[in-house]
Amino acid sequence: MRTIVVGMGTCGLSAGAQPVYDRLRELAESRPDACELTISGCIGMCFREPLVEIRGDGKRVFYGEVSTESAEAIFQQHVLGGSPVQDEHLIYGIDENGNTFGEEKSFLDLQSRIVLRNCGTINPDSIDDYEAAGGYSGLKKALTGMTPEEIIQTVKDSGLRGRGGAGFPTGLKWSFAAGNQGAKKFVVCNADEGDPGAFMDRSVLEGDPHAVIEGMIICGKAIGAGFGYIYCRAEYPLAIQRLERAIDSARKKGYLGKDILGSGFSFEMKIKQGAGAFVCGEETALFASIEGERGMPRIRPPFPAEKGLWQYPTNNNNVETYANVPWIISNGAEAYRSSGTEKSPGTKVFALAGKVAKGGLAEVPMGTTIEHLVFDIGGGIKKGKEFKAVQMGGPSGGCIPADQKDTPVDFESIPKTGAIMGSGGMVVMDEETCMVEIARFFLNFTQSESCGKCTFCRIGTLRMLEILERITRGEGLPEDIAKLEKLSVQIKEASLCGLGQTAPNPVQTTLRYYLEEYRAHIEDHKCPAGECEALVDFIILEDKCVGCTLCARNCPVDAITGKVKEVHTIDQEKCVKCGKCITSCNFGAVVKR
Amino acid sequence: MKTAAKKESFSYRLWRYDGAPGELIPLLQSAQEHFGYIPRRAISYISGATGIPESDIYGVITFYSQFRLKPMGKYVIRACAGTACHVSGAKSIIETIEDELGIEVGDTSEDGLFTFLTVACIGCCSLAPVIMVNDDTHGRLTPASLRKILKEYRRKGRETTEGAAI
Repeated sequence: MRTIVVGMGTCGLSAGAQPVYDRLRELAESRPDACELTISGCIGMCFREPLVEIRGDGKRVFYGEVSTESAEAIFQQHVLGGSPVQDEHLIYGIDENGNTFGEEKSFLDLQSRIVLRNCGTINPDSIDDYEAAGGYSGLKKALTGMTPEEIIQTVKDSGLRGRGGAGFPTGLKWSFAAGNQGAKKFVVCNADEGDPGAFMDRSVLEGDPHAVIEGMIICGKAIGAGFGYIYCRAEYPLAIQRLERAIDSARKKGYLGKDILGSGFSFEMKIKQGAGAFVCGEETALFASIEGERGMPRIRPPFPAEKGLWQYPTNNNNVETYANVPWIISNGAEAYRSSGTEKSPGTKVFALAGKVAKGGLAEVPMGTTIEHLVFDIGGGIKKGKEFKAVQMGGPSGGCIPADQKDTPVDFESIPKTGAIMGSGGMVVMDEETCMVEIARFFLNFTQSESCGKCTFCRIGTLRMLEILERITRGEGLPEDIAKLEKLSVQIKEASLCGLGQTAPNPVQTTLRYYLEEYRAHIEDHKCPAGECEALVDFIILEDKCVGCTLCARNCPVDAITGKVKEVHTIDQEKCVKCGKCITSCNFGAVVKR
Repeated sequence: MKTAAKKESFSYRLWRYDGAPGELIPLLQSAQEHFGYIPRRAISYISGATGIPESDIYGVITFYSQFRLKPMGKYVIRACAGTACHVSGAKSIIETIEDELGIEVGDTSEDGLFTFLTVACIGCCSLAPVIMVNDDTHGRLTPASLRKILKEYRRKGRETTEGAAI
């Protein structure tokens, strides 16, 4: 009996896992004696999706980029025949002795997985799978064998710090909420993963929803709360669906509800869907949104541990933080401290994306260097291009240049570069990425997501955006750099919440490391990376153009000339740089230089 | 947008409303699911049931990008404009959609088939650039592959006449 596992996270589905699953189901149903078919969440190898795993004979074998045709071959030869298909689809495996093989060996073997322990391994819709993997044993231990003080002490001893970005010690936060009295208390899970370029929490919710639920119940016991909310963004429909099923099955098994496991402790929880506002990732804005209001941040203090949701003491952590908790309770604080650094123990999940060769999820001990993440695990830069920078922390973060690639990722080292740890999004940039344009991109984001409460954030970000826009158009003024610096300081000083206080970070870090690029735009009207359209020429590549005339027909100013089946050319005098030729070309023959 | 939320009808949710706090946003989400957008009369119904002034409800609707005050097309295209997609060519994807459908971001096509929006991040960064059409995600796009996908939806949309907006 062999088990077929299809990776059905959002990344797998968008790469085409559904038809593969449907075909395998037809095949599996024809031979119920020989195999079982199940699903899993994302194992992190998003760059090779859709993934199919065959378990059996003591082995686990992963196939990548599986199509319906290759799925059939895998079924006939491996599932029925017992011998793995040795072709380019076989990317990773673990044999009966625990040895690993395959070309993606380095991607998974160099990771150490606590948060992602079950992602890609268990069926997220099956509570039995989760229990078989040791799930809810932490909860049993916490409810039946530990006092709230002992739970908090264990979390404190583990040194777990909030994985949402700020890195506040979790045990300490819990002790505040536990120490405050209230008629009710709440546990809130921030699953409003809004940072563009971050998808760790989505993968955890889709791949292992019970870990988050278990962590929240343990937190409820520790601080004396009876109700929990998971605030999840509406852009993650699959995560919401799996969470709902997980909550239902946890309730049926008696892990949620009254008198859980006979301990006398009762806990219930509910999902609240976000409605599309980045600022709701800020905890006080998130509470306002759960309360049904406009998601505007509130003044702190009073802090949530004192007066949070509906003015009751509340503990708020993000998805990854809660997912760590059951492991810590089960395995003990010492075991958790054995990985990571002195001040940032444990592991951190990073979402590798952008120009990195192997985009996906990587969980590594804190203190691992950026170089190790991008090159050893991530396989370096796509198409052999030059590594330029990584962007960490999303719109609140900053760019860390290539020459600082030996920086360890932990809560102490990253802020020294001017970036922030953030929630774990790591967008890799190559030589073709313009840093002024990236700063403009982030300011455009924060400007439109500013809730408008604080003047400096509302108007200051708009002024910064206007300056950056004119620089990328080649119309920058000599005094613009000084203006950007001044506005950055003012916005940071005078904003109430994290959004405004960090909005200038992308500009400040790019000014710090890439001042020359700003100068080139302003003084020489050149974009060194060749990205800003107003400052580059559009060129047709001779070796790629097949002379289909499509670009010439689409050009609104008739700047393109050429005969059928002959290489076309663009008249730079006439060209208005609208980009229509690039989007219309089916051969990738039009490029910006 | 279709989500996994309990498929209770909008009218049932209104009837069931018992004054519990924090129900405004779920009610609005339910209205949007029912009508495809939030019509003027839905605001009146909600205000009547909850006692929340219509002006406050309007304030909440306009704060969140999910809520729409105008009808949406049968297929809602959300082009990801997140960081990873941005550095992987989201701009040419957005321009291709605008070109192909003849509408700009925020608009609905005249035949009522497509509404085009951008979204900050779908969380499929490793498959960038990405779009979502209703609840289906399409990744690793190029202008050419995107045009194929759009043509397919247009064909499907014109063939099937049944089914309300989204």
